[in-house]
Amino acid sequence: MIRILRQIARTGVVTEPHHKPDDDSGIIEIGRLLEEAIRKRFRGSLAIRQVDAGSCNGCELEIHAVNNPIYNCERFGIHFTASPRFADMLLVTGPVTHNMEIALKRTYEATPSPKIVVAVGDCGCNGGIFGENYASLGGISKVIPVDVRIPGCPPTPAMLLEGILRAVGE
Amino acid sequence: MSRIRLRDAVATTLGPDAVFDEIASPSTLYSCTVPKEKFGDAARAVKKAYGLLAAEWATDETAFGRGFGIFACYRWGAQYLIVRAELPADNPVFPSIAKTFVPAYRFERRILSMMGVVPDGLPDTRPWIKFEDWPANAFPLRKSFDASARLPRTDGKYKWARAEGEGVYEIPVGPVHAGIIEPGHFRFQALGEDVINLEARLGYVHKGIEKRFEQLSWADGARLAGRVSGDTTVAHAIGYCAALEAMTGCLPPERAYWLRAMFLERERIANHLGDIGAICNDAAFAFMLYQFMRLKEMLLRANHRLFGHRFMMDRVIPGGVAANIDESGKSAMLAELDELSKQFEKLVKIYDENASLEDRVRDTGILKPDKAREICAVGIVARASGLNLDCRIFNPFPPFDRHDLIELDVPVYISGDVNARVLVRIHEIRESIRVIRILLAGMPDGDISVTVPQPMPGNTGFSAVEGWRGEIIYWLQAGPNGEINRCMARDPSDVNWLGLEQCIPGNIVPDFPLCNKSFNQSYSGHDL
Ligand code: SF4
Repeated sequence: MIRILRQIARTGVVTEPHHKPDDDSGIIEIGRLLEEAIRKRFRGSLAIRQVDAGSCNGCELEIHAVNNPIYNCERFGIHFTASPRFADMLLVTGPVTHNMEIALKRTYEATPSPKIVVAVGDCGCNGGIFGENYASLGGISKVIPVDVRIPGCPPTPAMLLEGILRAVGE
Repeated sequence: MSRIRLRDAVATTLGPDAVFDEIASPSTLYSCTVPKEKFGDAARAVKKAYGLLAAEWATDETAFGRGFGIFACYRWGAQYLIVRAELPADNPVFPSIAKTFVPAYRFERRILSMMGVVPDGLPDTRPWIKFEDWPANAFPLRKSFDASARLPRTDGKYKWARAEGEGVYEIPVGPVHAGIIEPGHFRFQALGEDVINLEARLGYVHKGIEKRFEQLSWADGARLAGRVSGDTTVAHAIGYCAALEAMTGCLPPERAYWLRAMFLERERIANHLGDIGAICNDAAFAFMLYQFMRLKEMLLRANHRLFGHRFMMDRVIPGGVAANIDESGKSAMLAELDELSKQFEKLVKIYDENASLEDRVRDTGILKPDKAREICAVGIVARASGLNLDCRIFNPFPPFDRHDLIELDVPVYISGDVNARVLVRIHEIRESIRVIRILLAGMPDGDISVTVPQPMPGNTGFSAVEGWRGEIIYWLQAGPNGEINRCMARDPSDVNWLGLEQCIPGNIVPDFPLCNKSFNQSYSGHDL
């Protein structure tokens, strides 16, 4: 136990302040604006349901990173929820596969309105390298309405936060 | 027994029926053609010689004016043996080898579903990857299939294995899970808290990758291979490129190999760090998740600074690599590794000493060594269950073949539980840090890529690369115009998913996430 406490004390707070310039540029102002937008429009709490509609798992790694202690998206009021039933936003990676089409539609229908849909990654935007074929239907907008797109393969955590900001700011 | 054990086993059993190829590239690979009736005999001969099944796949060879081809790839130690048979276009049937090798169940269900080549005697012919609402006659991997058209949906029901009796109930989970993970469906039959049976059903993220390869140039193929499973982008790209290089006789510069090795080990460290954290988290120890995520982030940022991409996507290209490292980069990486190693060891101590964690991970989700052998497990899963397999040792690309220089120490545990799978990862992180230091110290100067010659019609290429999950196999075949006729990618998940199903019964339902995390197999890499 003492080791755990010591490690906690030694690590301190690693979360980056909003203003710290870093090579992963972009996070500077985003955090502050995000927090403000979420406070105003979502009473300080934005619930996101992430849906993998066919991705290669690269995008998921970066969505995980947004939750790590360095980016620590919870401080802006962002939570990832287990159910679409209380989600404000669907964060969808793709291409949408033929085999996930129905599950994605159902998830969308289970999400209460008003809902925001954000398409993540080059694949979520337009199918990416997988293109469109019998198995891959292309971007998320082929199956459900999309409000905001975050390109990148995969988009970095900073790009993800910036995209979420665009979605809640609009 | 001689050193070329599998070849001899098949040659003795089949006699003149097995016709062996003269040239082997890589040198540890042997190939032979057998009459289709003897396909099963070859499998039994290999089994007797203690070989394991690594992959099984079919090809559509109508572009060459032939019918179909069926292939099985076996492994014993450093040797690989590919046995192939030709099948007529109008009646593509071959003897199933599922009763000899368990993983062939899935391979052959896939072959039947995707290529319409029929395994005779396969006990389970339910479609795999192909869902029950696809038209029954849609065989995407056939050349005659129109890949650009959307599939109509039909009615159909998947037949689940069912346990029955008083108090037995069923829990369906997925495809959309509670966390941020890939989609798949699991059915538990449970009695009280105890799981009686687990059946996985995958295929949700089937993107038609193998078909897509056939529409791309060889160069673009490497980019697609890097996206078969995004967390394994480096290893998959190396696998594809190595197969292409073997097929064309292309030799990348020394330095490119060393850089590939370094990328590969960095990918291994990053994923293992994330996994250990996530496993602890599923045992309700969130502290470790955040600590390990912090270390992983440190590594990813360094990747970004040094190589321009956090996961090093598209940094491995046919003929070499597309990112280099200079002296200042090297010293930055050494400093990073010192820091990483220091922090990591502190966390390992905490892992070792925490009794409540130990209580969750020990004796949970046991995959016994004989089961692991039976399903032909690979990689971390195999090494946690007593199988000593690692392509970096048995089928190395340079500089891993310099055993005097690197002398890789691969951990093998026999308890096969969650704890063993964590310990393998811990040990491997240490090893990878050590290896990267050696690579940085001895990296030769020179170019980092060469041009790859155009493949000749009909040529094939094979590679086996140890990604962080385990052995990845690529097999390429050039068509009549030197284009990609077939690209077979076998992720470790193809076989290791079977291990998860095997280790769950007898555990309690709430331990499933923990067991699942300790395997952490790829859905995308499996579904293709
Ligand atoms: S955008 Fe890139 S990382 Fe994301 S799913 Fe597509 S290929 Fe993978």
